[in-house]
Amino acid sequence: MAFRDGPFENIKVPLVWTAAVTVVVAAIGCVLLLISDARAQTSPYQPVRSGVEAVAGPVGGIFAAPVRWFGHASDHVGGYFFAVSENRRLRRELAELQPWRDQAIALKNVNARYETMLGIRPEPPVAMQTARSILDTRGPFSRARLIDAGSAQGVKVGNPVINEHGLVGRIVGVSPGVSRMLRVTDVASQIPVLVDRTDARAILKGDGSSNPRLEFMRGTASVQVGDRILSSGDGGGFPRGVPIGVAARGIDGSWRVKLFSDRGAIDYVRVMLFEDFGQLIGPEQLNAPPLAALGTLPEATPEQASAITDSAARRDAARVQAEQRRADTAAATAAEAARPRPPAPVAPSPVTPAPAAATASPPGGTE
Amino acid sequence: MRRPVAVRVVGPVQWIFIPAGVTLAVTILLATPVELFGLNLPEPVIPMVLAFAWPLIRPSITAPLVLAVLGLLLDILTYGPLGLWGLVLLAIYAVVLASRSFLIGQDTAVLFAWYAACCTVAFLMAYVAVSLIARNPPSILSLIGQVVPTLLLFPFANWMIERFEDGDVRFR
Repeated sequence: MAFRDGPFENIKVPLVWTAAVTVVVAAIGCVLLLISDARAQTSPYQPVRSGVEAVAGPVGGIFAAPVRWFGHASDHVGGYFFAVSENRRLRRELAELQPWRDQAIALKNVNARYETMLGIRPEPPVAMQTARSILDTRGPFSRARLIDAGSAQGVKVGNPVINEHGLVGRIVGVSPGVSRMLRVTDVASQIPVLVDRTDARAILKGDGSSNPRLEFMRGTASVQVGDRILSSGDGGGFPRGVPIGVAARGIDGSWRVKLFSDRGAIDYVRVMLFEDFGQLIGPEQLNAPPLAALGTLPEATPEQASAITDSAARRDAARVQAEQRRADTAAATAAEAARPRPPAPVAPSPVTPAPAAATASPPGGTE
Repeated sequence: MRRPVAVRVVGPVQWIFIPAGVTLAVTILLATPVELFGLNLPEPVIPMVLAFAWPLIRPSITAPLVLAVLGLLLDILTYGPLGLWGLVLLAIYAVVLASRSFLIGQDTAVLFAWYAACCTVAFLMAYVAVSLIARNPPSILSLIGQVVPTLLLFPFANWMIERFEDGDVRFR
Protein backbone atom coordinates (compact mmCIF):
# COMPACT_ATOMS: atom_id res chain seq x y z
CA MET A 1 0.00 0.00 0.00
CA ALA A 2 1.41 3.31 -1.00
CA PHE A 3 1.80 6.07 1.59
CA ARG A 4 -0.70 8.34 -0.14
CA ASP A 5 -3.35 5.61 -0.03
CA GLY A 6 -3.11 5.17 3.72
CA PRO A 7 -4.59 7.04 6.63
CA PHE A 8 -2.16 9.98 6.03
CA GLU A 9 -3.75 10.62 2.62
CA ASN A 10 -5.18 13.97 3.59
CA ILE A 11 -2.21 15.24 5.59
CA LYS A 12 -0.34 17.92 3.66
CA VAL A 13 2.83 19.31 5.16
CA PRO A 14 3.87 22.70 3.78
CA LEU A 15 6.92 22.35 1.57
CA VAL A 16 8.62 25.33 3.23
CA TRP A 17 8.46 23.63 6.61
CA THR A 18 9.89 20.35 5.35
CA ALA A 19 12.70 22.26 3.65
CA ALA A 20 13.35 24.17 6.87
CA VAL A 21 13.52 20.96 8.90
CA THR A 22 15.96 19.52 6.35
CA VAL A 23 18.12 22.64 6.63
CA VAL A 24 18.19 22.41 10.41
CA VAL A 25 19.11 18.71 10.40
CA ALA A 26 21.85 19.21 7.79
CA ALA A 27 23.18 22.25 9.66
CA ILE A 28 23.40 20.25 12.89
CA GLY A 29 25.38 17.60 10.99
CA CYS A 30 27.75 20.27 9.67
CA VAL A 31 28.27 21.72 13.15
CA LEU A 32 29.11 18.27 14.52
CA LEU A 33 31.56 17.76 11.66
CA LEU A 34 33.11 21.14 12.32
CA ILE A 35 33.59 20.35 15.98
CA SER A 36 34.99 16.87 15.45
CA ASP A 37 37.33 17.65 12.56
CA ALA A 38 40.74 18.98 13.48
CA ARG A 39 42.02 19.31 9.88
CA ALA A 40 45.04 17.29 10.94
CA GLN A 41 46.41 13.83 10.27
CA THR A 42 44.69 12.61 13.42
CA SER A 43 41.29 13.71 12.09
CA PRO A 44 38.86 10.77 11.87
CA TYR A 45 37.85 11.98 8.41
CA GLN A 46 41.36 11.88 6.97
CA PRO A 47 40.61 8.75 4.88
CA VAL A 48 37.62 10.57 3.34
CA ARG A 49 39.79 13.56 2.52
CA SER A 50 42.47 11.31 1.04
CA GLY A 51 39.88 9.46 -1.04
CA VAL A 52 38.36 12.62 -2.51
CA GLU A 53 41.81 14.08 -3.15
CA ALA A 54 42.90 10.87 -4.87
CA VAL A 55 39.97 11.34 -7.27
CA ALA A 56 40.24 15.11 -7.63
CA GLY A 57 43.98 15.01 -8.19
CA PRO A 58 43.94 13.35 -11.63
CA VAL A 59 40.96 15.53 -12.66
CA GLY A 60 42.92 18.63 -11.72
CA GLY A 61 45.91 17.20 -13.55
CA ILE A 62 43.82 16.99 -16.73
CA PHE A 63 42.82 20.66 -16.38
CA ALA A 64 46.37 21.69 -15.51
CA ALA A 65 47.93 19.91 -18.49
CA PRO A 66 46.75 22.42 -21.19
CA VAL A 67 47.88 25.27 -18.98
CA ARG A 68 51.30 23.70 -18.70
CA TRP A 69 51.48 23.12 -22.43
CA PHE A 70 50.48 26.71 -23.07
CA GLY A 71 53.16 27.86 -20.66
CA HIS A 72 55.78 25.76 -22.41
CA ALA A 73 54.67 27.07 -25.80
CA SER A 74 54.82 30.71 -24.65
CA ASP A 75 58.25 30.07 -23.10
CA HIS A 76 59.41 28.60 -26.40
CA VAL A 77 58.13 31.55 -28.43
CA GLY A 78 59.53 34.03 -25.91
CA GLY A 79 62.88 32.26 -25.90
CA TYR A 80 63.02 32.44 -29.70
CA PHE A 81 62.26 36.16 -29.93
CA PHE A 82 64.25 37.31 -26.89
CA ALA A 83 67.27 35.04 -27.27
CA VAL A 84 69.79 37.86 -27.84
CA SER A 85 68.72 40.04 -24.91
CA GLU A 86 68.47 36.95 -22.72
CA ASN A 87 71.99 35.95 -23.72
CA ARG A 88 73.36 39.39 -22.80
CA ARG A 89 71.60 39.33 -19.46
CA LEU A 90 72.91 35.84 -18.66
CA ARG A 91 76.48 36.82 -19.60
CA ARG A 92 76.26 39.82 -17.26
CA GLU A 93 74.91 37.67 -14.45
CA LEU A 94 77.62 35.07 -15.02
CA ALA A 95 80.33 37.71 -14.78
CA GLU A 96 78.82 38.96 -11.53
CA LEU A 97 78.47 35.49 -10.04
CA GLN A 98 81.96 34.15 -10.80
CA PRO A 99 83.65 35.95 -7.82
CA TRP A 100 80.84 34.71 -5.61
CA ARG A 101 81.48 31.16 -6.78
CA ASP A 102 85.19 31.44 -5.86
CA GLN A 103 84.29 32.81 -2.45
CA ALA A 104 81.75 30.05 -1.92
CA ILE A 105 84.33 27.36 -2.74
CA ALA A 106 86.85 28.91 -0.34
CA LEU A 107 84.29 29.30 2.43
CA LYS A 108 83.05 25.76 1.95
CA ASN A 109 86.59 24.50 2.35
CA VAL A 110 87.18 26.54 5.52
CA ASN A 111 83.80 25.53 6.91
CA ALA A 112 84.54 21.84 6.35
CA ARG A 113 87.84 22.19 8.19
CA TYR A 114 86.19 23.99 11.11
CA GLU A 115 83.56 21.28 11.32
CA THR A 116 86.27 18.62 11.38
CA MET A 117 88.29 20.45 14.04
CA LEU A 118 85.30 21.09 16.27
CA GLY A 119 83.80 17.65 15.77
CA ILE A 120 80.49 19.07 14.56
CA ARG A 121 78.17 16.55 13.02
CA PRO A 122 76.80 18.21 9.88
CA GLU A 123 73.25 17.59 8.79
CA PRO A 124 72.97 14.63 6.43
CA PRO A 125 72.01 15.32 2.81
CA VAL A 126 68.24 15.36 2.31
CA ALA A 127 66.71 13.25 -0.45
CA MET A 128 64.29 15.07 -2.78
CA GLN A 129 61.17 14.06 -4.70
CA THR A 130 60.05 16.24 -7.57
CA ALA A 131 56.29 16.73 -8.02
CA ARG A 132 53.87 18.79 -10.05
CA SER A 133 51.22 21.07 -8.61
CA ILE A 134 47.78 20.03 -9.88
CA LEU A 135 45.18 21.85 -7.76
CA ASP A 136 45.50 25.18 -6.05
CA THR A 137 43.47 26.86 -3.30
CA ARG A 138 44.05 30.58 -2.86
CA GLY A 139 41.26 31.88 -0.64
CA PRO A 140 41.61 33.73 2.66
CA PHE A 141 40.57 30.67 4.67
CA SER A 142 42.96 28.15 3.18
CA ARG A 143 46.01 28.18 0.98
CA ALA A 144 46.92 24.68 -0.04
CA ARG A 145 47.86 22.66 -3.10
CA LEU A 146 47.60 19.12 -4.31
CA ILE A 147 50.79 17.68 -5.77
CA ASP A 148 51.13 14.50 -7.78
CA ALA A 149 53.52 12.62 -5.50
CA GLY A 150 52.33 10.60 -2.56
CA SER A 151 53.28 7.91 -0.10
CA ALA A 152 54.23 5.61 -2.99
CA GLN A 153 57.10 8.01 -3.72
CA GLY A 154 58.16 8.19 -0.07
CA VAL A 155 56.38 11.43 0.78
CA LYS A 156 55.33 11.68 4.43
CA VAL A 157 53.33 14.12 6.49
CA GLY A 158 55.57 16.93 7.70
CA ASN A 159 57.98 16.94 4.74
CA PRO A 160 58.98 20.49 3.70
CA VAL A 161 58.26 21.51 0.10
CA ILE A 162 60.43 23.95 -1.85
CA ASN A 163 60.64 25.29 -5.37
CA GLU A 164 63.68 26.68 -7.15
CA HIS A 165 63.40 29.95 -5.20
CA GLY A 166 62.59 28.94 -1.63
CA LEU A 167 60.23 27.33 0.85
CA VAL A 168 56.67 26.79 -0.37
CA GLY A 169 55.03 24.81 2.45
CA ARG A 170 54.83 21.41 4.04
CA ILE A 171 52.94 18.17 3.51
CA VAL A 172 49.84 17.75 5.67
CA GLY A 173 48.15 14.76 4.04
CA VAL A 174 49.23 11.90 1.82
CA SER A 175 47.58 9.21 -0.24
CA PRO A 176 49.41 6.79 -2.53
CA GLY A 177 49.34 9.06 -5.59
CA VAL A 178 48.80 12.63 -4.39
CA SER A 179 49.72 14.76 -1.38
CA ARG A 180 48.19 17.83 0.19
CA MET A 181 50.65 20.66 0.72
CA LEU A 182 49.83 23.46 3.15
CA ARG A 183 51.45 26.68 1.98
CA VAL A 184 53.31 28.98 4.35
CA THR A 185 50.61 31.59 3.70
CA ASP A 186 47.76 29.48 5.14
CA VAL A 187 46.16 30.66 8.39
CA ALA A 188 47.16 27.40 10.07
CA SER A 189 50.84 27.62 9.06
CA GLN A 190 53.38 28.58 11.73
CA ILE A 191 57.08 28.08 11.04
CA PRO A 192 60.07 28.91 13.26
CA VAL A 193 62.42 31.19 11.33
CA LEU A 194 65.55 33.25 11.89
CA VAL A 195 66.84 36.54 10.57
CA ASP A 196 70.04 35.82 8.67
CA ARG A 197 71.77 39.08 9.67
CA THR A 198 71.15 38.98 13.43
CA ASP A 199 70.30 35.31 14.06
CA ALA A 200 67.15 36.54 15.82
CA ARG A 201 64.32 34.05 16.08
CA ALA A 202 60.68 34.58 15.12
CA ILE A 203 57.58 32.67 14.05
CA LEU A 204 56.37 33.02 10.46
CA LYS A 205 52.58 33.00 10.66
CA GLY A 206 50.37 32.85 7.58
CA ASP A 207 47.13 34.81 7.42
CA GLY A 208 45.73 33.94 4.01
CA SER A 209 47.50 36.82 2.29
CA SER A 210 50.52 36.59 0.00
CA ASN A 211 52.91 37.89 2.66
CA PRO A 212 52.91 36.02 5.99
CA ARG A 213 53.57 37.86 9.25
CA LEU A 214 56.68 37.72 11.42
CA GLU A 215 55.57 37.34 15.02
CA PHE A 216 57.19 36.91 18.44
CA MET A 217 60.23 38.88 17.23
CA ARG A 218 62.46 39.78 20.18
CA GLY A 219 64.22 43.13 20.35
CA THR A 220 63.62 46.30 18.40
CA ALA A 221 66.56 46.28 15.99
CA SER A 222 66.70 42.57 15.31
CA VAL A 223 65.13 42.91 11.86
CA GLN A 224 65.36 45.49 9.11
CA VAL A 225 63.69 45.88 5.76
CA GLY A 226 65.45 43.60 3.30
CA ASP A 227 66.80 41.09 5.83
CA ARG A 228 66.83 37.53 4.57
CA ILE A 229 64.55 35.17 6.47
CA LEU A 230 65.55 31.50 6.72
CA SER A 231 64.07 28.49 8.44
CA SER A 232 65.67 28.12 11.87
CA GLY A 233 65.24 24.38 12.23
CA ASP A 234 63.97 24.85 15.80
CA GLY A 235 61.70 22.00 16.76
CA GLY A 236 63.11 19.73 14.09
CA GLY A 237 60.27 20.13 11.61
CA PHE A 238 62.37 21.87 8.96
CA PRO A 239 66.07 21.75 8.20
CA ARG A 240 67.94 24.89 9.15
CA GLY A 241 68.74 27.48 6.50
CA VAL A 242 66.02 26.94 3.89
CA PRO A 243 65.51 30.37 2.23
CA ILE A 244 62.02 31.79 2.77
CA GLY A 245 62.02 35.47 1.79
CA VAL A 246 62.97 39.02 2.77
CA ALA A 247 61.52 41.13 5.57
CA ALA A 248 59.23 44.02 4.69
CA ARG A 249 56.80 46.33 6.44
CA GLY A 250 53.12 45.65 5.80
CA ILE A 251 50.56 48.39 5.32
CA ASP A 252 49.36 47.71 8.87
CA GLY A 253 52.88 48.32 10.19
CA SER A 254 53.57 44.69 11.05
CA TRP A 255 56.65 42.82 9.88
CA ARG A 256 55.91 40.63 6.91
CA VAL A 257 57.92 38.46 4.54
CA LYS A 258 58.03 38.73 0.77
CA LEU A 259 58.32 35.11 -0.22
CA PHE A 260 61.06 33.96 -2.57
CA SER A 261 58.76 31.21 -3.79
CA ASP A 262 56.42 33.82 -5.32
CA ARG A 263 59.11 34.98 -7.75
CA GLY A 264 57.91 32.40 -10.25
CA ALA A 265 55.00 30.09 -10.84
CA ILE A 266 54.77 27.23 -8.36
CA ASP A 267 54.17 24.53 -10.92
CA TYR A 268 56.98 22.12 -10.16
CA VAL A 269 58.05 21.62 -6.57
CA ARG A 270 60.49 19.43 -4.69
CA VAL A 271 59.49 17.57 -1.55
CA MET A 272 62.36 17.32 0.93
CA LEU A 273 62.14 13.81 2.38
CA PHE A 274 63.38 15.21 5.65
CA GLU A 275 62.98 13.12 8.78
CA ASP A 276 62.41 15.29 11.80
CA PHE A 277 63.21 14.27 15.35
CA GLY A 278 59.69 13.13 16.06
CA GLN A 279 59.63 10.87 13.00
CA LEU A 280 62.99 9.34 13.88
CA ILE A 281 62.17 8.51 17.49
CA GLY A 282 58.47 7.73 17.50
CA PRO A 283 55.92 9.20 19.90
CA GLU A 284 55.53 6.06 22.01
CA GLN A 285 59.24 6.04 22.81
CA LEU A 286 59.18 9.75 23.58
CA ASN A 287 56.23 9.29 25.92
CA ALA A 288 57.68 6.24 27.71
CA PRO A 289 58.11 6.72 31.49
CA PRO A 290 61.70 7.33 32.61
CA LEU A 291 63.79 4.26 33.46
CA ALA A 292 61.07 2.04 32.08
CA ALA A 293 63.73 -0.02 30.31
CA LEU A 294 65.24 -1.13 33.60
CA GLY A 295 62.39 -3.53 34.16
CA THR A 296 63.17 -5.32 30.94
CA LEU A 297 66.95 -5.60 31.39
CA PRO A 298 68.34 -9.18 31.58
CA GLU A 299 69.91 -10.46 34.78
CA ALA A 300 73.58 -9.63 35.22
CA THR A 301 76.11 -12.40 34.50
CA PRO A 302 78.43 -13.52 37.37
CA GLU A 303 81.32 -11.61 35.77
CA GLN A 304 79.22 -8.44 35.56
CA ALA A 305 77.99 -8.93 39.14
CA SER A 306 81.54 -9.44 40.47
CA ALA A 307 82.77 -6.40 38.54
CA ILE A 308 79.93 -4.31 39.96
CA THR A 309 80.65 -5.61 43.50
CA ASP A 310 84.39 -5.02 43.06
CA SER A 311 83.91 -1.48 41.84
CA ALA A 312 81.48 -0.77 44.67
CA ALA A 313 83.94 -2.16 47.24
CA ARG A 314 86.77 -0.08 45.80
CA ARG A 315 84.57 3.01 45.85
CA ASP A 316 83.72 2.36 49.53
CA ALA A 317 87.37 1.84 50.43
CA ALA A 318 88.34 5.05 48.65
CA ARG A 319 85.62 6.92 50.52
CA VAL A 320 86.87 5.56 53.89
CA GLN A 321 90.44 6.55 53.04
CA ALA A 322 89.37 10.03 52.04
CA GLU A 323 87.45 10.48 55.29
CA GLN A 324 90.48 9.24 57.28
CA ARG A 325 92.73 11.76 55.52
CA ARG A 326 90.33 14.59 56.24
CA ALA A 327 90.18 13.63 59.93
CA ASP A 328 94.01 13.47 60.22
CA THR A 329 94.35 16.88 58.58
CA ALA A 330 91.80 18.41 60.92
CA ALA A 331 93.57 16.94 64.00
CA ALA A 332 96.96 18.25 62.86
CA THR A 333 95.54 21.72 62.33
CA ALA A 334 93.97 21.75 65.81
CA ALA A 335 97.25 20.62 67.44
CA GLU A 336 99.18 23.34 65.61
CA ALA A 337 96.77 25.98 66.82
CA ALA A 338 96.94 24.77 70.47
CA ARG A 339 100.81 24.85 70.65
CA PRO A 340 102.23 28.04 72.54
CA ARG A 341 104.02 30.50 70.27
CA PRO A 342 107.73 31.48 70.92
CA PRO A 343 108.32 35.09 72.15
CA ALA A 344 109.10 37.67 69.54
CA PRO A 345 112.83 38.50 69.19
CA VAL A 346 113.89 41.85 70.72
CA ALA A 347 115.24 44.29 68.19
CA PRO A 348 118.82 45.55 68.96
CA SER A 349 118.16 49.04 67.66
CA PRO A 350 115.68 51.44 69.23
CA VAL A 351 113.53 51.39 66.23
CA THR A 352 109.81 51.46 66.73
CA PRO A 353 108.55 47.90 66.57
CA ALA A 354 106.48 46.94 63.61
CA PRO A 355 102.74 46.81 64.16
CA ALA A 356 101.36 43.43 65.20
CA ALA A 357 99.23 43.20 62.12
CA ALA A 358 102.33 43.17 59.94
CA THR A 359 103.84 40.13 61.66
CA ALA A 360 100.75 38.16 62.42
CA SER A 361 99.90 35.37 60.03
CA PRO A 362 97.04 36.13 57.72
CA PRO A 363 93.67 34.65 58.63
CA GLY A 364 93.30 31.18 57.34
CA GLY A 365 96.97 30.37 57.56
CA THR A 366 99.70 30.62 54.99
CA GLU A 367 100.67 28.25 52.33
CA MET B 1 -11.66 21.94 -30.28
CA ARG B 2 -9.30 23.26 -27.60
CA ARG B 3 -5.80 22.01 -27.81
CA PRO B 4 -4.37 20.65 -24.52
CA VAL B 5 -1.90 22.93 -22.74
CA ALA B 6 1.50 21.36 -22.51
CA VAL B 7 2.75 21.45 -18.93
CA ARG B 8 6.51 21.70 -18.78
CA VAL B 9 7.68 19.85 -15.69
CA VAL B 10 11.10 20.82 -14.45
CA GLY B 11 12.39 18.16 -12.14
CA PRO B 12 15.21 18.20 -9.60
CA VAL B 13 17.63 16.97 -12.23
CA GLN B 14 17.23 20.20 -14.19
CA TRP B 15 17.35 22.74 -11.38
CA ILE B 16 19.32 20.93 -8.66
CA PHE B 17 21.63 18.19 -9.88
CA ILE B 18 22.85 19.68 -13.17
CA PRO B 19 23.66 23.10 -11.63
CA ALA B 20 25.37 21.33 -8.71
CA GLY B 21 27.52 19.32 -11.12
CA VAL B 22 28.39 22.43 -13.12
CA THR B 23 29.29 24.26 -9.90
CA LEU B 24 31.61 21.46 -8.83
CA ALA B 25 33.26 21.29 -12.26
CA VAL B 26 33.85 25.05 -12.39
CA THR B 27 35.22 25.02 -8.84
CA ILE B 28 37.79 22.39 -9.84
CA LEU B 29 38.51 24.28 -13.08
CA LEU B 30 39.20 27.53 -11.22
CA ALA B 31 41.49 25.65 -8.83
CA THR B 32 43.86 25.01 -11.73
CA PRO B 33 47.26 26.46 -10.84
CA VAL B 34 47.40 29.10 -13.59
CA GLU B 35 49.60 32.14 -13.20
CA LEU B 36 49.69 34.72 -15.98
CA PHE B 37 51.59 37.97 -15.51
CA GLY B 38 51.79 37.23 -11.79
CA LEU B 39 48.01 36.89 -11.45
CA ASN B 40 46.06 33.79 -10.48
CA LEU B 41 42.55 32.79 -11.44
CA PRO B 42 39.81 34.20 -9.19
CA GLU B 43 38.43 31.84 -6.60
CA PRO B 44 34.80 32.72 -5.80
CA VAL B 45 32.58 30.52 -3.66
CA ILE B 46 30.42 29.37 -6.56
CA PRO B 47 27.84 27.33 -4.55
CA MET B 48 26.75 30.66 -3.03
CA VAL B 49 24.77 31.17 -6.26
CA LEU B 50 22.82 27.99 -5.60
CA ALA B 51 22.29 28.78 -1.91
CA PHE B 52 20.65 32.04 -2.99
CA ALA B 53 18.71 30.84 -6.03
CA TRP B 54 17.37 27.46 -4.93
CA PRO B 55 15.05 28.62 -2.12
CA LEU B 56 13.66 31.32 -4.41
CA ILE B 57 12.95 28.84 -7.20
CA ARG B 58 10.99 26.55 -4.89
CA PRO B 59 11.33 25.04 -1.41
CA SER B 60 12.73 21.56 -1.54
CA ILE B 61 14.06 18.80 0.67
CA THR B 62 16.69 17.72 -1.83
CA ALA B 63 18.25 21.15 -2.34
CA PRO B 64 19.58 21.67 1.22
CA LEU B 65 20.99 18.16 1.28
CA VAL B 66 22.78 18.69 -2.04
CA LEU B 67 23.97 22.06 -0.75
CA ALA B 68 25.44 20.41 2.34
CA VAL B 69 27.23 17.83 0.18
CA LEU B 70 28.57 20.60 -2.07
CA GLY B 71 29.82 22.44 1.02
CA LEU B 72 31.61 19.33 2.27
CA LEU B 73 33.23 18.78 -1.12
CA LEU B 74 34.31 22.42 -1.14
CA ASP B 75 35.85 21.95 2.30
CA ILE B 76 37.80 18.93 1.11
CA LEU B 77 38.91 20.54 -2.16
CA THR B 78 40.08 23.71 -0.42
CA TYR B 79 41.43 21.91 2.66
CA GLY B 80 39.12 23.88 4.91
CA PRO B 81 37.65 22.71 8.21
CA LEU B 82 35.11 19.99 7.38
CA GLY B 83 31.56 21.35 7.71
CA LEU B 84 32.48 25.03 7.39
CA TRP B 85 31.08 25.80 3.95
CA GLY B 86 28.19 23.37 4.38
CA LEU B 87 27.08 25.28 7.47
CA VAL B 88 27.56 28.66 5.83
CA LEU B 89 25.65 27.72 2.67
CA LEU B 90 22.81 26.22 4.67
CA ALA B 91 22.60 29.40 6.75
CA ILE B 92 22.22 31.45 3.57
CA TYR B 93 19.63 28.98 2.28
CA ALA B 94 17.69 29.36 5.54
CA VAL B 95 17.81 33.17 5.41
CA VAL B 96 16.56 33.30 1.82
CA LEU B 97 13.92 30.65 2.53
CA ALA B 98 12.61 32.71 5.43
CA SER B 99 12.44 35.84 3.27
CA ARG B 100 11.04 34.04 0.23
CA SER B 101 7.60 35.61 0.35
CA PHE B 102 9.21 39.06 0.34
CA LEU B 103 11.73 38.37 -2.41
CA ILE B 104 9.47 36.62 -4.96
CA GLY B 105 8.71 38.98 -7.82
CA GLN B 106 11.07 41.70 -6.65
CA ASP B 107 13.19 43.80 -8.96
CA THR B 108 16.70 42.60 -9.88
CA ALA B 109 18.28 45.44 -7.90
CA VAL B 110 16.51 44.30 -4.74
CA LEU B 111 17.61 40.74 -5.36
CA PHE B 112 21.21 41.89 -5.82
CA ALA B 113 21.09 43.88 -2.58
CA TRP B 114 19.79 40.79 -0.78
CA TYR B 115 22.45 38.63 -2.45
CA ALA B 116 25.18 41.05 -1.35
CA ALA B 117 23.84 41.02 2.20
CA CYS B 118 23.76 37.23 2.20
CA CYS B 119 27.35 37.07 0.91
CA THR B 120 28.46 39.46 3.64
CA VAL B 121 26.81 37.35 6.33
CA ALA B 122 28.26 34.15 4.84
CA PHE B 123 31.84 35.42 4.71
CA LEU B 124 31.51 36.94 8.17
CA MET B 125 30.44 33.54 9.50
CA ALA B 126 33.33 31.81 7.75
CA TYR B 127 35.78 34.47 8.99
CA VAL B 128 34.71 34.07 12.60
CA ALA B 129 34.73 30.25 12.38
CA VAL B 130 38.21 30.09 10.84
CA SER B 131 39.54 32.68 13.30
CA LEU B 132 38.30 30.57 16.19
CA ILE B 133 39.56 27.27 14.77
CA ALA B 134 43.00 28.49 13.65
CA ARG B 135 43.28 31.09 16.47
CA ASN B 136 44.57 33.41 13.77
CA PRO B 137 42.36 35.91 11.93
CA PRO B 138 42.72 35.78 8.14
CA SER B 139 43.75 38.85 6.17
CA ILE B 140 40.92 41.29 5.41
CA LEU B 141 42.39 42.18 2.00
CA SER B 142 42.48 38.52 1.03
CA LEU B 143 38.89 38.17 2.23
CA ILE B 144 37.81 41.05 -0.01
CA GLY B 145 39.64 39.32 -2.84
CA GLN B 146 37.21 36.41 -2.50
CA VAL B 147 34.05 38.37 -1.68
CA VAL B 148 34.19 40.52 -4.81
CA PRO B 149 34.33 37.63 -7.36
CA THR B 150 31.52 35.93 -5.44
CA LEU B 151 29.38 39.08 -5.73
CA LEU B 152 30.10 39.19 -9.45
CA LEU B 153 28.41 35.80 -9.79
CA PHE B 154 24.97 37.36 -9.14
CA PRO B 155 23.94 37.34 -12.84
CA PHE B 156 24.09 33.54 -12.78
CA ALA B 157 21.83 33.42 -9.71
CA ASN B 158 19.43 35.85 -11.36
CA TRP B 159 19.43 33.79 -14.56
CA MET B 160 18.64 30.63 -12.61
CA ILE B 161 15.76 32.32 -10.79
CA GLU B 162 14.29 33.65 -14.04
CA ARG B 163 14.82 30.34 -15.82
CA PHE B 164 13.35 27.98 -13.23
CA GLU B 165 11.05 30.04 -11.01
CA ASP B 166 8.03 29.56 -13.25
CA GLY B 167 9.23 26.37 -14.84
CA ASP B 168 6.66 24.29 -13.04
CA VAL B 169 3.17 25.73 -13.01
CA ARG B 170 2.31 23.73 -9.90
CA PHE B 171 4.57 26.00 -7.85
CA ARG B 172 3.13 29.30 -9.07
